[in-house]
Amino acid sequence: MSEDAVQTESRILCASCGSLMAPNSANMCVGCIRGTVDITEGIPKQATVYYCRDCERYLQPPAQWQVCTLESRELLALLLKKLKGLTKVRLVDASFIWTEPHSRRIKVKLTIQKEVFSDTILQQTFIVEYVVSTQQCPDCTRIAASQTWKAVVQLRQKVTHKRTFLWLEQLILKHGAHRDTVNIKEARDGIDFYYVQRGHAIRMMDFLATMVPVRVKKSEEIISSDIRNNTANFRFSYSAEIVPLCRDDLVCLPIAIARQLSCISPLVLVSRVSSTIQFLDFATLQTVEMRNNTYWDNPFFSLTDIRQLTEFYVIDVEIEHDKKRGKLAVANVEVALATNLSVTFTTRTHLGHILNPGDHVLGYDLTNVNFNNDQWDALLQRTTRSSLPDVVLVKKSYRNARRKIRQRHWKLKKLAIEAEAGLINRGKAEQAREDMDYELFLRDLEEDKDMRAMVNLYRNPDAENADGLAEDAAAAAVADGDDDSEIEEDFPEIELDELIDEMADMTIVEHPAGIKPDENAFASIEESESH
Amino acid sequence: MAVRAQFENSNDIGVFAKLTNSYCLVAIGGSENFYSVFESELQDVVPIIHTSIGGTRIIGRLTAGNRHGLLVPNTTTDQELQHLRNALPDSVALQRVEERLSALGNVIACNDYVALIHPDLDRETEEIIADTLKVEVFRHAIADQLLVGTYCALSNNGGLVHPKTSVQDQDELSSLLQIPLIAGSVNRGAGHVGSGLVVNDWAAFAGLDTTSTELSVIENIFKLQDAQPQYIVNEMRDAIIDSVV
Repeated sequence: MSEDAVQTESRILCASCGSLMAPNSANMCVGCIRGTVDITEGIPKQATVYYCRDCERYLQPPAQWQVCTLESRELLALLLKKLKGLTKVRLVDASFIWTEPHSRRIKVKLTIQKEVFSDTILQQTFIVEYVVSTQQCPDCTRIAASQTWKAVVQLRQKVTHKRTFLWLEQLILKHGAHRDTVNIKEARDGIDFYYVQRGHAIRMMDFLATMVPVRVKKSEEIISSDIRNNTANFRFSYSAEIVPLCRDDLVCLPIAIARQLSCISPLVLVSRVSSTIQFLDFATLQTVEMRNNTYWDNPFFSLTDIRQLTEFYVIDVEIEHDKKRGKLAVANVEVALATNLSVTFTTRTHLGHILNPGDHVLGYDLTNVNFNNDQWDALLQRTTRSSLPDVVLVKKSYRNARRKIRQRHWKLKKLAIEAEAGLINRGKAEQAREDMDYELFLRDLEEDKDMRAMVNLYRNPDAENADGLAEDAAAAAVADGDDDSEIEEDFPEIELDELIDEMADMTIVEHPAGIKPDENAFASIEESESH
Repeated sequence: MAVRAQFENSNDIGVFAKLTNSYCLVAIGGSENFYSVFESELQDVVPIIHTSIGGTRIIGRLTAGNRHGLLVPNTTTDQELQHLRNALPDSVALQRVEERLSALGNVIACNDYVALIHPDLDRETEEIIADTLKVEVFRHAIADQLLVGTYCALSNNGGLVHPKTSVQDQDELSSLLQIPLIAGSVNRGAGHVGSGLVVNDWAAFAGLDTTSTELSVIENIFKLQDAQPQYIVNEMRDAIIDSVV
């Protein structure tokens, strides 16, 4: 026999059954090895998974609830984690066997490998049946027990209109600050934001503090306590009160404060409200800023707000060229009541840069007012009535353009705010007042570019020919031959490139990452048209 | 007859016993059960000797021997040597071997006529083996394993080798040894044939786990079914009658 002869494997008898076979490390035929050892031993063939019917999530022990569709990878991973003995064998394959969903059974086919005896690897396929049993998850339990929230932010502003809240709503939408809220409710003079976790409420408070001047008060209510474990269950309320001053309000500052603020004249307009409050002396263009805390040390109220604006007709404008600051310019203006042109007033105003003879302008008429305000009374005592202005002009009115252009080519989104229980059937007058507030807010947005830059404006698909709208309106006005109602040339038109396509933005705002589906349902955004 | 036995819960009885045609060595165990199994089969035929080698019980792996002689390693004490000399029949030569590979049972596989040895054994040892055991010596491996004593069990009638031994190797060994060989296992699939099985011309002892299939293989190849003394007598009588007639 030659050295390199082919080596033929001998045949031996299986040690167990005596059948002829090739030698292997166990020296037993495959059938006998299968018969003697069961590698699936220690792996349960049946298991139970828990499923919450309300939110359709599966329990991932110990305390996580996970959304999985049937026959998905996630579900397979969750199911395999249930099997204890799988760590001791090598898992080769796992797949679902179709079962009727209503049977509440999930079948998984597993193929495993394991070493038996010395270096003999056995592979086996078997089926594990899972029973889907229902269990309510803690989130759903809380909802079912009406204990949905753990912390509430009560935002209030004690004024007669809703402009601040309309503005805040847009800021919240833009920054996604409503992300963790479980419910948003309207309340008298404000809005309540409800949260499942205290941290979310604190984050909301921080957000609000950066946007508006607020005074914060925290309180807590004990719901239940466990003396043995020394634990307690609290509900937290954060009350945030916004300074009751709004843009374009006329304010009479207390004399002490006016002196503190660089000796400004006490009669001022509120020019900006952010985390601080900015006042503008309309006669000198002096602007001062007051900190939130300073206000709450010594609170005061506005004399009047923009609901009381009267419309005037500009007869003559005389700009004082030496008094300009930024865009603003001081001018001596002669105006007449729009309703009665025979009554004229002369006043100093900060609107010199935009006013032209023939314009309409909105302002406060102080000739016949009688404010019920301590500071105003004090001011009257110190000075004579005649030294105070008769009229304080606030902003230009684009009455002709507004009358012609009915439909805006942009719109805003809205938070889904639940109405206050007592206010669901509100009267017509109340509704009209709210609509008026909203309209004024939209006009503010149109007229102030800086303000507009802080929020998201959306293209309004309903206004098809929005581009040519102003031109059409102008053409219509010319066709009417009505000179009086000619559209103002400097009517603030919002450029199309400032608007966001709704679909493009959808992924960011409507489906923010990390939101649980149940919370999403509460905090979903309702679209609304701006009329 | 092939019999199953166990030494203190171990199935590797070839480690604890050495069986030849003229004597049997048995390790000193905690109980006499193991000894009893041998006694019931071999009593009055061959002497069964309790012994240790160098103070250990693994005598089957440390010694090598056949009808003509017994080789013990250099670890064997004088006392043990004396005891063995006294117990062994006078016809059996006893020899202590100065060999580096001192587990002689693992490196030497032999019957009364031939011996397979580990290829690395000294030439002096080879000569001692040939002289003492009165055998023809071959340096060879079994199934690529050099420890020939571990992986085969031989008698004058046949031999059992490791299951992985190829057909070509079996043929070659068979023609060397002039006995039929078969590949097989003991103790339910174990390939260490030498440690699971002790065998002589008329008796075999295998580990308790050995299956009936394995036992039947063993009985077949070692021709044990008709190996009882009365069968031999009958066979001889038949032969004499044949020759007379």
